[in-house]
Amino acid sequence: MNKHFLQIESLAKRYPQPGRQADITVFDQVNFQMDRGEFVCIIGHSGCGKSTILNVLAGLDEASDGTVIMDGKEVKGPSLDRGVIFQNHSLLPWLSALDNVCMAVRSRWPGWSRSKVREHAARYLEMVGLKGAEHKKPSQLSGGMRQRVGIARAFAIEPKLLLMDEPFGALDALTRGVIQDELLKIWSRTQQTVFMITHDVDEAILLSDRILLMTNGPEARIAESVKVDIDRPRDRATLHQHPGYYAIRNHLVDFLVNRSRELQGAKIESPRSDAPVQPREVNPVAESGGRPLGPRAVPASA
Amino acid sequence: MSTDTVNAAGIRPLPTARRKSWPAGWMEPLRQGLIYPALGIGGLLAVWWYGGWIIANNDDLYAFADFAPGPTFAALYQMVASGAVWDPIASSLSRVGFGLLWAILIGVPLGIGIGYWAVARQITHVPFQFLRMISPLAWMPIAVLAFATWDAAIIFLIAVAAVWPITYATAHGVQKIDPLWFKVARNLGADSPQMLRRIVLPAVSQDIFAGIRLAVGVAWIVLVPAEYLGVTSGLGYAINDARDTLEYDKLAAIVLVIGMIGYLLDAVCVKLIKRTSWRQAD
Repeated sequence: MNKHFLQIESLAKRYPQPGRQADITVFDQVNFQMDRGEFVCIIGHSGCGKSTILNVLAGLDEASDGTVIMDGKEVKGPSLDRGVIFQNHSLLPWLSALDNVCMAVRSRWPGWSRSKVREHAARYLEMVGLKGAEHKKPSQLSGGMRQRVGIARAFAIEPKLLLMDEPFGALDALTRGVIQDELLKIWSRTQQTVFMITHDVDEAILLSDRILLMTNGPEARIAESVKVDIDRPRDRATLHQHPGYYAIRNHLVDFLVNRSRELQGAKIESPRSDAPVQPREVNPVAESGGRPLGPRAVPASA
Repeated sequence: MSTDTVNAAGIRPLPTARRKSWPAGWMEPLRQGLIYPALGIGGLLAVWWYGGWIIANNDDLYAFADFAPGPTFAALYQMVASGAVWDPIASSLSRVGFGLLWAILIGVPLGIGIGYWAVARQITHVPFQFLRMISPLAWMPIAVLAFATWDAAIIFLIAVAAVWPITYATAHGVQKIDPLWFKVARNLGADSPQMLRRIVLPAVSQDIFAGIRLAVGVAWIVLVPAEYLGVTSGLGYAINDARDTLEYDKLAAIVLVIGMIGYLLDAVCVKLIKRTSWRQAD
């Protein structure tokens, strides 16, 4: 068996229910792998436990069952190997943009000199297009600029795994597009391994190599792993003209509208009974045979 | 008729428009920084002067005429010129300073504790609210028994008065800390002391100073009656002494000094609050 960079094995989260014997299972049998340099998005309806999975990967939450192995080591507790970008920028309001990044850089490399820390932080701020705004406080920055500082902070510590929890959820559509482009640019430069939660199907297609689809909670699973077979670099403006684009998009939308509910709590078939249940691997582009599909090809609910 | 009132009222928006068109805008700061405060001070002086005039013209109260502005400022000038004013100020300020220092050393950690742990908040609620409501001066007999020197007793009274505003302002600030900041710090590998230094203290420093500002007010008020007892120095003692020797002009001058120093202490606190404030000034 080949070793993956990140292995998630039979992860489960249960909460005790007040007044009842049985615990409530948010998700279980969550198994997936990620390779180094891969960009993976996870999509699912609210309540399926996406954020909990992310928090477990970050070491900020504990799973009830299962293990996370990164780079051959089990993940226990938070570590600077795993950077997180939260939905709300989460900058410290009393520090300037630069100092927010510097604080993270200093904790990653405590031995660095002051000037080296600042230089490193400034480089990452420049990468997200914030040159000239380094000394502004978060309250003086727009929502999009704050989120960029958050991105710069997370990339600056050069984590082995970058976790993003709906990083653009709070931004308006225009700003979101611009920052997605910035993110793609940095990502292609750094080859960072990224695990990202999103609700936005188009965002997922634009950014990721693979999209994990979760069924509804409780008892949510990762049902499918959808390959985004579109060459990089991708361009937001022309992405929808790619022949495979609608094949993927329709597949995702169909899953979210119909199958995420139908598959809730269902056992996902495993090729071997002793092997852990893996998400079904899907490549809509290959399945459509490269035949371009229109936007209206979403199958109706069964 | 309606057009008339509009026209009449139309004069009022004019200054606003003109003010905007002046690039320097020098009139507004002048007004706010000088003219308005001067009007306030002038009003107070007028009331004082009028009160003095009434007393001076009343046969029953004539003996207290020295409370009026004229004799008071003359006495103040004399006290400043002779240097007699500095000794009581120095002893009073040092008592308040030490009292506040103790209140901060106790109040800030206490406030962080009860702000951070809900259980601590619930356990301490009744006893602390109970103690807070007892006038610090009520502790006077106990303080005198418990402490060897009068000075220590007064410092204790000031600390007792000042500790509550500092504790509760700090606790309030801690409760308002965004839990996400702790998450960020944890993700960056911060341990508890680092969390305290990097997140909690910078987040609540402005609340601490707001508490200190309230505490300074209370402490300065408690100081004077506390100095009526036992000690032979300080502004409170000086007031008592002036009363006993019937030097009402000197008494009023000391009252003036107390007010001015209180105002300055408050202004320093306001500066510190502004300095440490990170919340958006909206």
